[in-house]
Formats: sequence, structure tokens, C-alpha cells
Amino acid sequence: MTKTPSSSFDILASLSPASSGAPRLNGADSRVSGIISLREVSKTYDLGEVRVEALKGLSLEITGGQFVAIMGASGSGKSTMLNILGCLDRPSSGVYLLDGVDVSTFSAAQRADIRNQKIGFIFQSFNLLARTTVWENIEAPMLYGGVPKPERAKRIEEALKVVGIPEKAKALPNQLSGGQQQRVAVARALVNRPAILLADEPTGNLDSATSEEIMRFLQHLNRQKQITLVMVTHEHDIAAYASRIIHMKDGRILSDEVNEEMKRDA
Amino acid sequence: MSFWVIVRISLKALSRNKIRSVLTMLGIIIGVGAVIAMVSVGQGAQRQVQEEIAAMGTNTLMVWTGSMRSMGVRGGTGTMNTLTAEDFEAMVYECPAVKAVSPSASTMGQVVFGDQNWSTRVEGYNEQLPALRNWNIVQGSFFDESHVKTAARVAVLGQTVVNQLFGGSDPVGQTIRIKNLPFRVLGVLDKKGFNAWGRDQDDTIMVPYTTVQKKFQGGVLYVQSGMVGAASARATYAAQEQITALLRQRHRLGPFQDDDFTVRNLSEIAETAEATNRIMTTLLASIAAVSLLVGGIGIMNIMLVAVSERTREIGIRMAIGARPGHVRVQFLSESIVLCVCGGILGLALGVGGSVGISQFLGWPTLISPNSIVISIIFSGAIGIFFGYYPAHKAAGLDPIEALRYE
Repeated sequence: MTKTPSSSFDILASLSPASSGAPRLNGADSRVSGIISLREVSKTYDLGEVRVEALKGLSLEITGGQFVAIMGASGSGKSTMLNILGCLDRPSSGVYLLDGVDVSTFSAAQRADIRNQKIGFIFQSFNLLARTTVWENIEAPMLYGGVPKPERAKRIEEALKVVGIPEKAKALPNQLSGGQQQRVAVARALVNRPAILLADEPTGNLDSATSEEIMRFLQHLNRQKQITLVMVTHEHDIAAYASRIIHMKDGRILSDEVNEEMKRDA
Repeated sequence: MSFWVIVRISLKALSRNKIRSVLTMLGIIIGVGAVIAMVSVGQGAQRQVQEEIAAMGTNTLMVWTGSMRSMGVRGGTGTMNTLTAEDFEAMVYECPAVKAVSPSASTMGQVVFGDQNWSTRVEGYNEQLPALRNWNIVQGSFFDESHVKTAARVAVLGQTVVNQLFGGSDPVGQTIRIKNLPFRVLGVLDKKGFNAWGRDQDDTIMVPYTTVQKKFQGGVLYVQSGMVGAASARATYAAQEQITALLRQRHRLGPFQDDDFTVRNLSEIAETAEATNRIMTTLLASIAAVSLLVGGIGIMNIMLVAVSERTREIGIRMAIGARPGHVRVQFLSESIVLCVCGGILGLALGVGGSVGISQFLGWPTLISPNSIVISIIFSGAIGIFFGYYPAHKAAGLDPIEALRYE
């Protein structure tokens, strides 16, 4: 299995320490990447008759290794921002620098490579591939990333151990509890050793005990591996785990403060 | 990402929906099977005609008396006895394109040996016949020129006649009775099989044509027909012209008189037969190809359903780093795998079908390696053609929309 040669892979290889195969899962990494910089970013949706301005000239700096919670009512633009941060969407205007590279002009294929190499996603509804084993779910990002087979197996076993469900490799998603499914999703998000983890209401479908478990785990991961963690939530309890909390309203940042009362694992 | 990894992803997706995959394939299976079986029937018939013609000799011409051609008018004028043995002899000397000739005269008759009897055709030729018709002698020998000159009572038997009269024993040197006249058996002809019109060519006895004229036709001097061998297959048309000119001259026909004979070129007959067969084959194959087309549309239908059903899967794959190209290849290879697997199963069905046709209906069939290769390539092409649009649609999905899809 060889990596498909392409211009975007070359760009990544030269710019991203994350894609060069640094063993992030194996302990603290001193190199800091995952630096996010949004400058005057706007996003306008043209819905035929009406134009919806989801983001209105928003600027934001997130340093590598930060844990940021984004809060706001629905329609405040927080999901739109997360989509742009995750390179799932492009800003209508403005610049998005990811580790110093302007990714706002990237093509669909280039953005796919960025998502594959630098970004891990955790969704509210887990979004595991149905009728596909845990092992294959975690393997999928590495297939698109061209990771050779023995390396894939090694990383899957490692990731399963890190998220604490090594015995579930052969299980199918519908045989797992919500908390276990979210752990698989986290393992999948981590397996390509991304610099940034984006979480969209990661505990929205979980009970409070499991929510706490997952949040402590994410917090631990952020601190241990220096992965930049950006999380969208509307629950104060959950936002409390972050070191920085941003409130949004009507496509603008309302407040941006350091979380003094940050919950810490015991 | 390697191509085979994507193919494996498609195979897994197909195996998750086994029944649907098989049902989708069914259209292709039946389509390819029908094309293969139909083409094999057509090609079988074509080859049989070709073999038949080759056995007759591609450089052979037939000459008939006029009455053969115009039953109504000319038959009434009594000019059917126009061809003579001398006409044929003259051809050898006068026509440069003609290499050998044999007048022919035939009759039906009861043949008896010991306590066995059999009714068969008694065909009279001269000693040139084995060369003219490409027909070998397996036992004994054919009659020679002196037998023809003296109208000797000698016979050469076809395989069917040997089986009917002699069972297992050796016929050469034995004496049989044809229409109550004793004939000495000189030899046995090689097995020839049935001709394109279903006649058993081995059910025959060959004797000198002079013998038929003298002993069975009351001593007539005319012959009904004859065979002419041209110098080569290419010379047949020249031979036809030369024979026509010669016979018109010998029969003293004026410029406004019709021919009182017919010269038929066997390669002409072969071409007609082949053209007919080719039209039939094309017709059958195109009817079968319509079902293949319908199968392809079925594939497209199912792939479109699969794309909308798996929108969320596509969104997830895109989120974790699948490029649009990866998604396109995944769905395209699913439809190609469906079509090629269907093509291979259809091939098996078609081969089975054509074996069945030749076993139960007794029609000759022929499966050429060409039709196998073409059908597999063609089914792959159907997969690409009908899979491209759904795959393109999948690749063009917006990852955000796709992830939101319920």
C-alpha cells in the first residue's frame, strides 16, 4: 500500500510535524502545532431569496495545545465556525491559517487531506460506520492516509488501549454502549495523530456519568499530548472542562475568557 | 491510498447486502448469458455452413441442365436433356480455369447384401470425384478411368450403408446387389456427417456415372448435372464465365436465347448462406443486448439508491479524509465489481445454455474465445458507464450536508 503521490500530500509533508509520523500517542510531544488563526472570517449562505450571514467578520487565535469551549445559542454560528475550523467548509471571505498555512483557498481534495492528517472529529452522534467493526472504523482514516498495514495494526491496538476498550476490536458499533461508541470515535480521531481535535457536542447523546468520563478523558488527552481541542457545547458543565471559553452570538464573538474555575481530574 | 484498498471497501459494502447485490447482478447475468448463448448458436450455424462448403471444396462449381432452373416454361419444351458427358470433357480442354470435372447421374435404389437390405441414393460420378469433393477413401480404393469407360458394375460405399449392410465385417471385395444387379465393392468412403441441410452424406453408394446411365436410366446419353473443379478458389468466377461461354457455343444458343443450363458457384452459395447467418446472429445478439442494457440500467438504479441510502457513510468518510476522488472510485468499483461478477456468472450461464441447446435441440453451437473476452470487457464497460453518474453524484456531496443526512 503506497501513499498516493499528490501535491497536497507534499504540502502536508513539508509543513506538518503531525503528518511526519511523530509518535504522539506514545507520550508527551514537545513540539507545539495545531495553531489556529481566523482573520475577519465571514460565512454567508445564499438560500435563494434570503442570505443568511452565519459568521460576520470573526477573528480568533488559538495557540497550540489549548482546550477551547465554544458556547452559544443555536444559530449563533458556532457550528459554522467548527465546520470551517475542520476544513469541512470554506469561509466566504477572510483567511483561515492552520499552522501558518492559508487553507481557506484549498480545493476539496486538499481539504480532505488536511482533515485526514491534521484534524480529528468527534461528533454528538458518534458517526461510526454502521455494520463495520470497531477495528475497521479506526482503520479507515489510515487507509485514506496511506499508512502501511503493519503500522495500521500497531496504531489501532494502541488507540484501543488508550481509549480503554482493547477487547472490543471485533465488535460492531450497535453492540456497544454510547460511551463505548464515543471512545471508538475518539480512537478513530486520534489514529492519524492529528494536531487538532474538534468535538461537536461530544456528550450530547450520553448520560451524565459517561459524559464526565469522556470529558475527563478528553481533558487528559489535551494535556498529555498537547493536542489543540476545540469543542462546541451548550452545557456549562461540559464547557467547564475547557481552559478557555468563547461565547458566540449572531455570528460574532460575545466574550472570550480564560476559565478560572476549570474542572480538573482528581 | 491504494486502488486495491478501495476495491476491498467496495467488496465489503457489496457483501453486506448480498441479496441485493445478487439481484442487481441478475440483469447482467441474464444479459451476458443471452448474448453468449445466442451468438454461439449463430456462430455454430455459420461454422457448419463453412465446413460444409469447405468439404464440398471452395473451388467447386455445379452445372445443371436448364430444366432444373425453370420448371414451368422450359421444362415443357423438352430441352432438359441438353448436357452431355462430352460437354464436361470439353470444359477441361477449352476452359483454362477448369481443372477437373465429373458428370453426375443419380438414382434411388434398394441395395441388398446377404439377408440385409437398405434403400439409398446411388450416385454416379467419374474417377475425379474424391479430388473434387475432398473426400477420402478409408478402405480399398475408388473406381478408376477404365471402370468409367466400361460402365463397370463396381461400387464405393458410404459409412452409413456399410453399417446397415455389413455390421462389423469388411465389405471390400464383397458383392452387393443394387436394384437386383450385382456390384463389386471396391472401397469405403470416409465419414462425412450431416450437411447444412440435415442430409446424411454417408448414406450413399458411388458408382461410375456411365453405369447409372446404362443400367438404371435405360442407356441415355445426357447427364442431369456435374461438378467442376476450378484451378483455385479465386478462379471460380473465371471458370463460371468460361463454362457459360463454352456451353452456349456448344449448344448453339443465339444472343437472345436464354441459357439451357445453370452454372452455380459454390462460394457464391457459401457467401449467401454466411450472410444469412450473420444477419441472424446479429439479430439474435442485438435482442439479447437489449436485456444487457436493461441490466445496466438496473445497476444504475441500485447504485443511485445506494448513494442516497449511504449519504451519511459518505459524509463520515469525507470527514475522516476521503477525497471526492476516493468516494468516486469506491462507488465506481462497486458497480464494476457487480457487472464483472455478473458478466462471469452470465458467461457460465451462456456456456451452459449453449451446451444445453446443442444437447437438447441438436443445434450446432460454437463459443469463440472472442465472445468470452468481449462479454467480460463489455460488462466492465457497462459497470463504468452506468456506475459513473451515481459515483459522480456521491463524490460531489457536501460533507456537512452528508453528515447531517438522516
